[in-house]
Order: sequence, then structure tokens, then C-alpha cells
Amino acid sequence: MHIPDGYLGPPTSGLFYVIMVPVWAAASKFVKKTLKASQVPLLAIGAAFSFVIMMFNVPIPGGSTGHAVGGVLVAILLGPWAACIAITVALVVQALLFGDGGITAIGANCFNMAFVLPFAGYYVYKAISHNAPVDSNRRVLAAGIAGYIGINVAALFAGVEFGVQPLLHHTANGQALYCPYGLNIAISAMSGEYLLIFGWIEAIVTALVVKYLQKQAPNMIQEKGRA
Amino acid sequence: MKITTKFWMGIVVLILLSPLGLILPAHFKAGSAWGEWSADEIQKLTGYVPQGFAKLAGLWNAPMPDYAFRGWEEKGLSYLSFAYILSAILGIFIIVAIAYLIGKLLASKGD
Repeated sequence: MHIPDGYLGPPTSGLFYVIMVPVWAAASKFVKKTLKASQVPLLAIGAAFSFVIMMFNVPIPGGSTGHAVGGVLVAILLGPWAACIAITVALVVQALLFGDGGITAIGANCFNMAFVLPFAGYYVYKAISHNAPVDSNRRVLAAGIAGYIGINVAALFAGVEFGVQPLLHHTANGQALYCPYGLNIAISAMSGEYLLIFGWIEAIVTALVVKYLQKQAPNMIQEKGRA
Repeated sequence: MKITTKFWMGIVVLILLSPLGLILPAHFKAGSAWGEWSADEIQKLTGYVPQGFAKLAGLWNAPMPDYAFRGWEEKGLSYLSFAYILSAILGIFIIVAIAYLIGKLLASKGD
């Protein structure tokens, strides 16, 4: 889901930077209010976890690959604003150091994976786990569904961003200037892959860690004000 | 053991297992992620390289492209796995440093 350089036209790339600057500013403001000094290691662990889990490319035999983002889990544990910051750090390092995701697309990639994904996942988790006891299975299920929905909403956005390019930018004879595939193909490919395969990986990772924490660190998943 | 210590141990395990993310796609002959093709791959898929893409695609020369060393593209999977693990360690060092810095700047003092 890391959009490389050259797939989005400059107006789209620019637009997502323009959207993300106030999001990052808001994230700093909210995290400043709520993050405790004792939670700083968790912020670093969250960023590191998201980075390394994205290195686990899962193959569709003979087809393409994809991976989990781990961002819904970070959002459940630290809140969506802190997750936004943690995932942004991971995505920026991936783009600059490893060329994974374009530098012109950092705004768009952060919008999809560091904003849409943790927020969608967080609110789904909140809604389903509302008032559930800390050790209940409903919490594990909520985490799994949140992971699945969070990453799928992000993939849908990525599909739309890819897919509008041929509409926005093409030559007189109809050749695309950037992403060559339109909305139909881009959305069915992105959403198809994530609905069928990669979404389940985010779901399983999120649910398993929440299950583990119910025993090991139940205070981390108690309902309370979070960053 | 503190839960953060357990998390760090989990991260170390993930770093060591990370080459699976390289080896499994190679084993199952899976190609690039959708929408992350090179110019050559786009040429094969569509019959042309979009002009704007051609201009922008090479904009940034990452120091360790695809979590490997420059010039290692033709090396075997064992070399690439080694580079993958080193990339994970280096990436995590930098990310943890930045995240700590941001965390220290933002977090309230006290607990």
C-alpha cells in the first residue's frame, strides 16, 4: 500500500501534504495533552512494531504481495493520535531510507496508513468493545474486526487515489501520465486483495496481541482517556 | 518482567524472522505489490510507460533501496536476507530515536 513516486500526479501528492500538515499538528496537540512520560517507550515500540511488521510481505502465489500495518493495534493501545505519529515516523523512514513509498507520496501514504487506518480501526474497536470486561472475548473479536476494517478502509482510499489518476492526467491519445489504471481496476485490485487476504493478517495480528495483553498487561487495554 | 521488555523482545524476534517477508514471496513467485511496479513492469503490463511516471519515478535515490545494499539486486536470497535483517535493525534504531525525541518533546512531565 506504499504508493511510490510517479503514480500520483503532483496535484494529488500536494493535496495530501496539505491535508496531513494540520492532521500532524492536531496529533502533536492531542498527544501533548495526553501522553505521559511513562508512555514514551510505548510510542517508540509502536513505531518500531509498525515498521517491522510491514516488512513481512505476504505472497499471493503467482500474484502480488501485501502486508499488515500494525497500526490498529497501536491505536488501540495508545489512541489514534499517538498511533498517527508513530506510523508517520515509520513511513517517513521507509520512504527516505529504503525507498518504500515515494517521497512525493508521503502525504498520501500517511493519510491512508497513519490517519485513516488507525482512526477507522480505533473507533470500530471502541464501538464493539464498549463496556466489555477487560478479559472478555468480545475485546479480542473487536480488535480483529477493527484491524480488518481499518486496513480495508485504508486500502480503499489508496485504490481511489490510484484510480482517479487516469481521469485527471492523460495525453490527447488517452495514455495515462501517472497511474495507468482507472477506478474500476484500482479499487477492485486493492480492495479485493485486502478483503480476501491481507486484511485478515491485520485482523489476526491485532486480535492475538490484544488476547496476549488480557493476561500479561490487562491495564493496557482498560478503557480510559488515551492520547 | 515488565511488559515493555517483553515488547522489545517481540520486536527482536520479528527482526530475526523478517526475511520470511522476502523468502516467501520469492518461493511462491509473487511479484510486486499492486501499484508498486517498476517502469519495466508497467511497460510489460500496459505496453507503455506513462510520461509523468517516467519523470517522477527516479526522483529519490534511497540509500538502501528495497531494504538491501545498492548493487545487491542480483545477489542470492541468503545475502538479501542478511541485508533485510540489517535494514530492519538500522530502520528500527532510527525510528526509535525519532519516536523517543518526539515523545520526550510532547509528553507531560511527572509519571
